[in-house]
Amino acid sequence: MSEHPRWRELKFTLHRIFRNPSAIIGFSLLFIFVAVALLAPWIAPPKYLHNPYLMPHKGFSPVPKAPSKENIFGTTDGQYDIFYGVIWGTRTAFKIGFFVVGFAALIGIALGAISGYYGGILDEVLMRIMDIIWALPTLVLAMAIVVAFGRGLDKVMIALAMIEWRWYVRVIRAEILTLRDQDFVQAAKIMGVPDYQIILRHILPNAIYPALILASMEMGSMVITAAFMSFVGLGAPPGFADWGQMVALARNYIVGPPDNPLKFWFTIVIPGGCIILFVLAWNLIGDALRDAFDPRLRRR
Amino acid sequence: MLAYILRRILLLALVLFGVSVLIFGILMTFSPERRAATFVTSPQQVEDIPKIIKQFGLDEPFYIQYFRWVREVAKGNMGWSLVASRPVTEAFWTYFPITLEMNLFAAPIVILFGIWLGTISGIHKDTWIDHSSRIMAIVGWSLPTFLFALVMLMIFYGYFDLFSPGILSDRLNMFIHDNPGKFYRYTKLYTMDGILNGRFDITLDALAHLVLPVMTYVIVVVALNMRVMRSGMIEELSKDYVITARAKGADKRTVNLKHARRNALLPVITVAGQLLALSMEGSIAVEVVFNRHGVGWWLAESATQLDMPVLMCICLFMGLVFVATNLTLDILYAYIDPRIRLT
Repeated sequence: MSEHPRWRELKFTLHRIFRNPSAIIGFSLLFIFVAVALLAPWIAPPKYLHNPYLMPHKGFSPVPKAPSKENIFGTTDGQYDIFYGVIWGTRTAFKIGFFVVGFAALIGIALGAISGYYGGILDEVLMRIMDIIWALPTLVLAMAIVVAFGRGLDKVMIALAMIEWRWYVRVIRAEILTLRDQDFVQAAKIMGVPDYQIILRHILPNAIYPALILASMEMGSMVITAAFMSFVGLGAPPGFADWGQMVALARNYIVGPPDNPLKFWFTIVIPGGCIILFVLAWNLIGDALRDAFDPRLRRR
Repeated sequence: MLAYILRRILLLALVLFGVSVLIFGILMTFSPERRAATFVTSPQQVEDIPKIIKQFGLDEPFYIQYFRWVREVAKGNMGWSLVASRPVTEAFWTYFPITLEMNLFAAPIVILFGIWLGTISGIHKDTWIDHSSRIMAIVGWSLPTFLFALVMLMIFYGYFDLFSPGILSDRLNMFIHDNPGKFYRYTKLYTMDGILNGRFDITLDALAHLVLPVMTYVIVVVALNMRVMRSGMIEELSKDYVITARAKGADKRTVNLKHARRNALLPVITVAGQLLALSMEGSIAVEVVFNRHGVGWWLAESATQLDMPVLMCICLFMGLVFVATNLTLDILYAYIDPRIRLT
């Protein structure tokens, strides 16, 4: 066997991941969402070419219409087509997730790696700043930042990225503190490998797994947080193809007329179901990654 | 130990200072004109904006405004809330009991139910009990609180017409409002005040209004607790002392519940801080959807109406609660687990 050990390890990890039923469900769900997001212009051709995220609507009546041939998922408050919103909302959800998690992970991993590796005054200062940022729940801090920046989904995304890096600093730093003094790092140092190369090639590949699990879980929770911000009216404007905003539109219709209280179920269940399945997919993947990467469970 | 506690308390002061500077700094990104506009209550006053800016010194440098604000806060003046149309401090004490009441009911359920679920699924690892409670946990974890709350309302209020949103029924609310002499608000918690005043119908009504919020909240939050408890149980059960105890012939129940569970409870304390943060976020969503005018609702409303003094007040309050809780937990942890030494 002349396989590279890292390649062999990766194959073992993948094998472990795909043995887990929750990973299979998670990845299948994710695959469907990716396909829908990529094929959105063909599944639901946009009406407004300059801004495809604007949901088309016929008329302005606030009363939702039940699913019909024309609108297969019905229409919501303002006659916005739910089917269109759900399809393009998938793209919005991926955008939120990738933007927030991408930026947060990049900043967090870089800061965590540098401060964990070098320690000293830099580490001390960063940790005190972290103490301050950790003193507030994500949602509260995000609300304060969005108030200052002004409303809008892009502002919500920036605010969340500005907060969530703290998670990655914490996770990466903890890993690096245990790796920093191990023999293979010392050996690399003695051989004269430059610091940045030690961090990038020797430490980070060993420390990255907890951050990966975290990132997968965060993809879901960030979509939830952004949806809630849209729900209270700080995020996407009405008519924007965003699941949270569609739930906000449906808010007045959770209770139908007395003779048929569940008459408008589709306005909330369809976009709401999309949020839940999207988040579930990422959480299942995160769960499977956790099982596969946990060194205590790995070789059993 | 004492030195550790003192140092942590000092750090708490530093963190609060940092939080206030952070939030003040965020809100200072508004132009003086926009901040002055929050003092304006009628269209005629718009021309007074330059005067307001001068009067309150809104165009002065950051540190001068910050220290002026700190001086006012030290005097107990947190400013005026637009949303509540009352001074912030006064409004806070009317909203806070609502949030407190809900959390007082939810917290014990979250803790006990989570520990119980985690224990049984840890003991019965890889059986159907374990699988189903794990699936429940991961689905609960994936439910957005606000969405789940809406669905609960749709089913239990819309379809079954059992529980309604709000805090009290209109009839009882009006009675309390009209007869301040007959219903004295000792604790400001409706369930308690009902008992203290001998009005059990009010207690029952308040409880009925709490059922849905508490249920929503518990189902979403309990997952974290359960998961930590489960992995703690699994780890403890594979340790040598458990095998020894079993080999000695100690009965299964004692080994599981007395030996292993007590040790597995320790990691639960470490996530209690995270649980608190979750419950703060959960309170916001639940209060907004169930129309319970508590601190969470007030925060969401203030954020949409740019009520800045309220944002400052709630951020400081949550920061204080959060940091103080974490300090208490750390000390508690060292007290319970003698292996931990605080230095």
